[in-house]
Amino acid sequence: MSLVPPFDLHNVFVAPWADDFGGTVWVVIMGFLVTLACGLVGNYLILRRMALVGDAISHSVLPGIAIAFLLSNSRGTTAMFAGALAAGVLTTLIIELIHKKSRVKQDAAIGIAFTSLFAIGVILISVFASRVDLDQECVLYGEIGFVSFQRPIQLGAWTLGPEPVIRMAGVTLMVILLIAVFYKELLVSSFDPGLAFSLGINATVMHYSLMCVLSTVVVSAFESVGAILVIAMLILPGATGSMLFQRLPGILVFTALYAALTSVAGFHLATWLNCSIAGAMVVAGAGLFTLAWLVSPHQGPFRRARPLPDANPRSLREDLVKALQ
Amino acid sequence: MKRALFILVLLCLATCTAMAARIGDVSDINVREQAVRFFTLQDPGVRYALAGSLLLGLTCGLLGSFIVVRKMALMGDTLSHAVLPGVAVGFLWTLSKDPLRIFIGATCAALMGAALVGFLKRSTRLKEDTALGMVLATFFAVGVCLLTMIQQMPTADKGGLDKFLFGQAAAISAADLRLMGAITAIAIAAVVIFYKELLVTSFDADFAQLSGLPARVFHYGLILLVASAVVIALQAVGVVLVSAMLITPAAAAYLLTDRLHRMLILAAIFGMLAGAAGAFLSFLGPALPTGPLIVLGATAIFVAAFLFGPRQGLVVRWAKQRSRVRRVQRENTLKAIYHVLEKRNFHGEGVSLRELAERRRETVEEARTQTRALHRHGLVTLHEDGNMVFLTPAGWQLACSIVRNHRLWELYLTNAADIAADHVHDDAENIEHVLGEEVVREIERRLQYAERDPHGRPIPSLADVERGAAPRYRPDESVGYGSSI
Repeated sequence: MSLVPPFDLHNVFVAPWADDFGGTVWVVIMGFLVTLACGLVGNYLILRRMALVGDAISHSVLPGIAIAFLLSNSRGTTAMFAGALAAGVLTTLIIELIHKKSRVKQDAAIGIAFTSLFAIGVILISVFASRVDLDQECVLYGEIGFVSFQRPIQLGAWTLGPEPVIRMAGVTLMVILLIAVFYKELLVSSFDPGLAFSLGINATVMHYSLMCVLSTVVVSAFESVGAILVIAMLILPGATGSMLFQRLPGILVFTALYAALTSVAGFHLATWLNCSIAGAMVVAGAGLFTLAWLVSPHQGPFRRARPLPDANPRSLREDLVKALQ
Repeated sequence: MKRALFILVLLCLATCTAMAARIGDVSDINVREQAVRFFTLQDPGVRYALAGSLLLGLTCGLLGSFIVVRKMALMGDTLSHAVLPGVAVGFLWTLSKDPLRIFIGATCAALMGAALVGFLKRSTRLKEDTALGMVLATFFAVGVCLLTMIQQMPTADKGGLDKFLFGQAAAISAADLRLMGAITAIAIAAVVIFYKELLVTSFDADFAQLSGLPARVFHYGLILLVASAVVIALQAVGVVLVSAMLITPAAAAYLLTDRLHRMLILAAIFGMLAGAAGAFLSFLGPALPTGPLIVLGATAIFVAAFLFGPRQGLVVRWAKQRSRVRRVQRENTLKAIYHVLEKRNFHGEGVSLRELAERRRETVEEARTQTRALHRHGLVTLHEDGNMVFLTPAGWQLACSIVRNHRLWELYLTNAADIAADHVHDDAENIEHVLGEEVVREIERRLQYAERDPHGRPIPSLADVERGAAPRYRPDESVGYGSSI
């Protein structure tokens, strides 16, 4: 009786692809898409120091989804997105209300808002367990392993793939398109709100648009990775990228590489250890971060020593002259 | 393999429901019966659940206060998620749900998480929120992996481990309760002994450093205490929501008081109230996890404080502002009545609505509404179907003192601040409602009891205010107030 099963190269790396290609490939693709979409949005959250707003939204979409299920009586995509969007915007509003109308600081306001909404969500799915096609396990761990059992989407004579994967692909494409179209606006408003204002970029509109995109991404990732692991998908790619790259385009492109690496590595890790696939993907991501942190040229423990500001020979000379006088 | 996993998940869920039903395992759930069972405390399970919820509410409220005033709310969130791998390791230690070992494992995991956040912040350019989020999610993921691996193990005694996720007060055992009591006692003792140090390091870090207090020791000491509070709250509230118990009761208390010691006591009380309410509600329905209910109890307390808190409450502030606006409106109407009387040299006591409306540049109906409000406050009496208005003594005093404030302030601005006489009216219009008695007397003294404002109108003196009625009639204005009575 041991916790860690023996490592068998064939079982871990070959068998999933050789024996169950259909099952494996969709799980890996889903992991890739979820991590890519979340990571791209998450980069901007990190830049705006809103990483924990991502945490809040990922928790608070739960009541939105649960209420949408209850009202529409189905796992319909439209209702789910509408519910999650409403919940996401509501969270942002509640945080601002508490923060602006009382002396409670923003961090505590975030904590109060999302825990309350999440609690409502958990109670809803417990009370209406028979009517809501969600359970506590799914909320926590996600069900990415079941993705290949979902109804496939047919387009004419072609079978495209399981429905959640196609939906996630659509969301990912939307995120990429939005970032491409509004690249400049996002960049400026993230780094320099003052300049953004003088260029006529409405900060409030940008903020709420980002929240809407975030809610959409989080809700479409929800079934696969659950409410909490999605935070790792949001933050880890950007954090890892910033170890290796100093400029935003580099980090954005690296996010795709990160997504591909962690979804494959995570899948195999989960196959070996026989554990939650979404959890293993995050653990693989954490491993990748550690690696990036170790080899990072400009930060981390082995960064090349930066020249000290007053190691400049000329200023040293001048200091010496000053001291002599 | 996937099917096996699926079946295992189903089995797990089934046991979960069965476990949840344990506390209320009467065949038909009658709400009133359950409530009676709860309040009579005849059931040892109920006693454990209630005592546990009270203890965790107390500890979390107490320590959460420091989290809130130090703006470490998100650190609390991170700590509470980071305990999950520790819970799993503590379970693996002896392959049973031994409270002490789970406590040790979880506390170590939380401390490692906190240390890692600090280390990431120091060794990289990542901001604190990113570091917190990373540690939170990564530790949670490791915990999820370990828990799913434990679920694959063929050992028997792993039921109840999933209770750590959403909490079930019914799962609190006597051993848990002893541990909770011990931790609560330690937390209270630590807060009492180091109250001054915690106060100083929380509110004035610079001063603390100058006085030689090791701020970092207190930071990590507090984190150790908070981590143990999180761990004892796990059983009833669950990993996911325990951060709410740290933040919400303390934030509610923060809205109600300015003093840390009162905040600590209030937060502890709020935490206990929320704990008891959650334990009670989850006892009524067998399928309900306790954690979310406790959290919603705390949220309800916060919302109440947010809306109705005597000083910060939204509704209270709104009502105060509304009453202030109304008072200013009343005082302006009184002033207009005074002006009308003054214009005809206090000839005749009554002012008709028409005169008042003309003076105020509004409709007669608006003037009628205003005078009715004055009547309700006993400032005027209404005659001739409400068309004539007479000031009562109280009304006269108020009207006179408002005019007096206004004119004194105008004169003060022209004399002392050298502002042109035609620019002082608007300022005086605002300040006349807020000047206090003392200030007015001081201004009057500095102006050497001047009798005329910059526009040449007489300034009512204190004697005029206190007389309580308008002078009847003054044939010659230069004589001054009172001489013709």
